Parts: sequence; C-alpha cells; structure tokens
Amino acid sequence: MTAHVRIAGAYEHPGRHLPDHSAAQIHAEAAIGACADAGITLGDVDGYFCSGDAPGFGSLSMADYMGLTLSYVDHTEIGGSSPVAQVGHAAAAIAAGKCSIALITLGGKPRTGGTQAGAPRPDAPEYSFEGIYGLTTPGGYALAAQRHMHEYGTTAEQLAAIKVAASKHAKHNPQAFLPKEVTIEDVLNSPMVSDPLHRLDCCVVTDGGGALIVVSAEVAKRLNRQSVAVLGHGESPKLADNGRIDLTYTGARWSGPRAFEEAGVKHKDIDYASIYDSFTITVLETIEDLGFCKKGQGGAYVADGALEAPDGALPFNTDGGGLCNNHPTNRGGITKVIEAVRQLRGEAHPAVQVKDCEIALAHGTGGNLGNRMGSATLILGRE
Amino acid sequence: MSQNQLPVPAAVIHPDARGYWEGTTREVIVLQRCDDCDTVIWFPRAICPRCWGSKLSNFEASGRGTVYSWTRTNKGMADYRDAGPYILAYVELAEGPRLMTNLVGFDGDPKIGDAVQATFDKIDDESALLRFGPA
Repeated sequence: MTAHVRIAGAYEHPGRHLPDHSAAQIHAEAAIGACADAGITLGDVDGYFCSGDAPGFGSLSMADYMGLTLSYVDHTEIGGSSPVAQVGHAAAAIAAGKCSIALITLGGKPRTGGTQAGAPRPDAPEYSFEGIYGLTTPGGYALAAQRHMHEYGTTAEQLAAIKVAASKHAKHNPQAFLPKEVTIEDVLNSPMVSDPLHRLDCCVVTDGGGALIVVSAEVAKRLNRQSVAVLGHGESPKLADNGRIDLTYTGARWSGPRAFEEAGVKHKDIDYASIYDSFTITVLETIEDLGFCKKGQGGAYVADGALEAPDGALPFNTDGGGLCNNHPTNRGGITKVIEAVRQLRGEAHPAVQVKDCEIALAHGTGGNLGNRMGSATLILGRE
Repeated sequence: MSQNQLPVPAAVIHPDARGYWEGTTREVIVLQRCDDCDTVIWFPRAICPRCWGSKLSNFEASGRGTVYSWTRTNKGMADYRDAGPYILAYVELAEGPRLMTNLVGFDGDPKIGDAVQATFDKIDDESALLRFGPA
C-alpha cells in the first residue's frame, strides 16, 4: 500500500521559543520550508493533513490561511503520533488517486502561551474518572514506569541511560533545546516530577513545528531533491480496555508488526530508529513492543549503549529527540520522521550519521501510556 | 479520610453514569454488569464494550481492591495545582476492573499489590469522589 510513495520534503522549524509567532504562522512557515526542501510551492499541494494542534477549525483554518487548493483533507487526532500515521494516510490517499502531493504540518507554542491540544474536555466519557484525580501527562507515564519496574525489575538507572544517549546526540545539534551532555547521575539527581520519573526523564517543552511533503513516485521522479521511500506503515490505538488496562506495553505491539510486514524487512535491516520519546519509559516500552528486544529486557538493552549513534545496535533519535532537541507543541511525531529522512539522505550531523543508512524506522506515540494512546510506525528506505 | 485534604473537584455527571454517581452518595461503588456476556464494565457507559449489548445492570461492588500501580505527583495542575504531593494510582477492584484513583492515608510509600479499601470524599449532594486507603 505504501511502496508507491516518497517523502520528498521534510522541514523542522528552527524555533524553540516563539513568543512573537502565531500558531498558524508556525504551521505555515514549516509548510513553506518543507515545500522549499522538495523544490515545490504551496500551489502544487493538493492534499493537506494536520491534527489537533492546528489552530481554529484545523484543516479548514490552516488551508485557508495558506491559500491551498485541495482535493483531499485529513484531520487526524491521535496526539503526537498523528503525523507519523498521516504519512500512511497520505500514501493511501495517493494510492486511491485522491491527491498526488500531500502536505503534513504540525506546530504550536506551549512554551509561550498557546492553547494546548488534547486538553481534557468535559464531554469526554472518561472525564470524571481520570482527570478528577489529578492525572497529569507525567503522572500517567509514571504509572506505566512504576508497573514496568515492578514486573520486570527495570531500574531508574536504566531509564536514565535513554536520556544520556539522547543527550550525547543533542550536543551535536546547535538547535537543540538541551544541548548539554548529561550523565546517569544528572538524571537521577534532577527533581522528581512524578516518581519514578525525574525531570530529566521528561521531554522538553518547546514552541515550534515541522512539515512533510509526501508524493507519488511519479511526482518524485520530476523533483531534483533526493526523496525517501515509504516502505511500510502500521498504526493502532491502545485503549483503556474496559478497565483492564495493562501499563507495561504500548500500541507499538500491533503497529510495529504491521509496518514490518508491509515493508518486507526484518529488525536486523533497521539501520536507524526514531523512537517517540515523550519520556524515557516511552522509549523503553516501545523498543520492546517493536521487537528490538524481548518484553521486559528493554532496561538491559538500553543500559548497554544500544541506542547511541553511530555504532550502537539501534542508533536512535540522533537529533537529540524530544528528550533534548525539540518536542514542538508537546507532540514529537513529525520530528521523528524528519530525523529519519535526514539519516536516509545522509544529512544527519556527521558525528551521529549512521554509515550506509538504508532502512530507517520512525515511531510515534500519542496521548498517554497511562490511559489511551495512539501508536504509528513507519519504515522508510533510501532512494 | 484524605489526610492531605486533597482537592475534591466537581464531577461532570453524564446520563449514562448516573447510577455510579448516585452510589457514591451512599458510599458504595456501583458497577455495571452486562446482562448478555457478564462482563463487569468500567467506567460506566450505555453499551457493553465487549459484546455491544445494551442491557446492563447495576450492582454494588465490595469496595476492596489492590494497588496495580501508583505514583506520587509532586506538582499537579488545574484543581491540583496547589495540592502539594499526592498519590495517583490504579486500583484493581476485587470485581476485576482497574480504575484510576488517589491513594490516601498511607504512611510512607504504598506498594504494588497492597490491599486497599474504598473511601469517599463528598463533592456535593449528588456525588462523592472515590478514593482508596489501606485495607
């Protein structure tokens, strides 16, 4: 379903603190950046994809603001995993002949006072059974971490190793919000937010955004820019399951196999992985669920330096990820795809560029591990 | 019973959850069970999420459970912004469902697997907030 499409443009907004920008402006600047990267203009776009962070009426407000002429729109709301899923949605729309040049945007400004997408709504059926107890985003992920530790013996030091690996990558990224390399002790000594998660187990809160251009293979051939093949896509929400929630795994358990099957590749083929990293526990559970190690062995796997580029078993988040670089509008899905595209084009920082990077994985997580979440996996190939 | 005097935010009572909230005013946990497939449902709703039947009956749960997971959140938001540290948890009821709640009345840290018992903090004449303390 996806082999016929390419990612032809990818752009990460350089801003991390944008008090003088509107949310719509961030989306539009990211869109123009991605178009420029692909060598097209917004006038070429005929499909538009955005999610809950888009201001106002979402796709209608933003398409209007940018002056788009469209034959296809998609407004998906599965939190930070939305843009990752939307690469698959764009592939399906292109396959169906509904559009040929798709634009995906994400953006917002939680750091400087923007509205927060995904905030609890009183009309939600779960409203008075969760938020009423003081559920926060870190609190929900902390519940997952605590249970994972209980069942598998995962330690705070092992979780911290994930932040350490991200920080070793971020020090090469001049735009990273936290460019300083940190140690296990730094993580453990940072203030406890919601135990067992310390402040440095959490991602950064940044203004900013990003955009992607997804096109048919025919369109890609006409462009001068190196594109990236979309080899496989899988997505699955994981829900609170009628009060039988199991906090030790994520929806990657289902989205991963779907993406691998569609791509026809194996784990050993993955040269680089962007793994959604809202918190260190998000990465730990996800790499287990994707099958890079056995369930419950994630702690030992990451403590061994597996995630460190360029030579670890599974170099991850070489831009510094959401943990250190950027988590625009509290949603890190688009930056996951963008860094995977950089790796496949050989355009990551030389210190963290994976040699001969041919197959990359990008995984998005949205919502909250502590109740209900979106999960989306992409497998991408060098062209 | 909540030694920290935790906030007691107002509930939004949707029509399909009235049975539960009425139960809280009597300090009992009213759960739904599907008449067709016997599934115990959490949180309350109008259809069975397992077999999709709409014949659901209310029954009174024991109020007993065990800690499935917990975390001490040091700084909350919204109603909990000034609450100080508080314990967010999942409790697995004896009847099966795991529900999000607060743990109150613990000296020191709770442990996963600890037995707990329901306690209720009055919100208003139509509702009370279900929390759990040591059994």
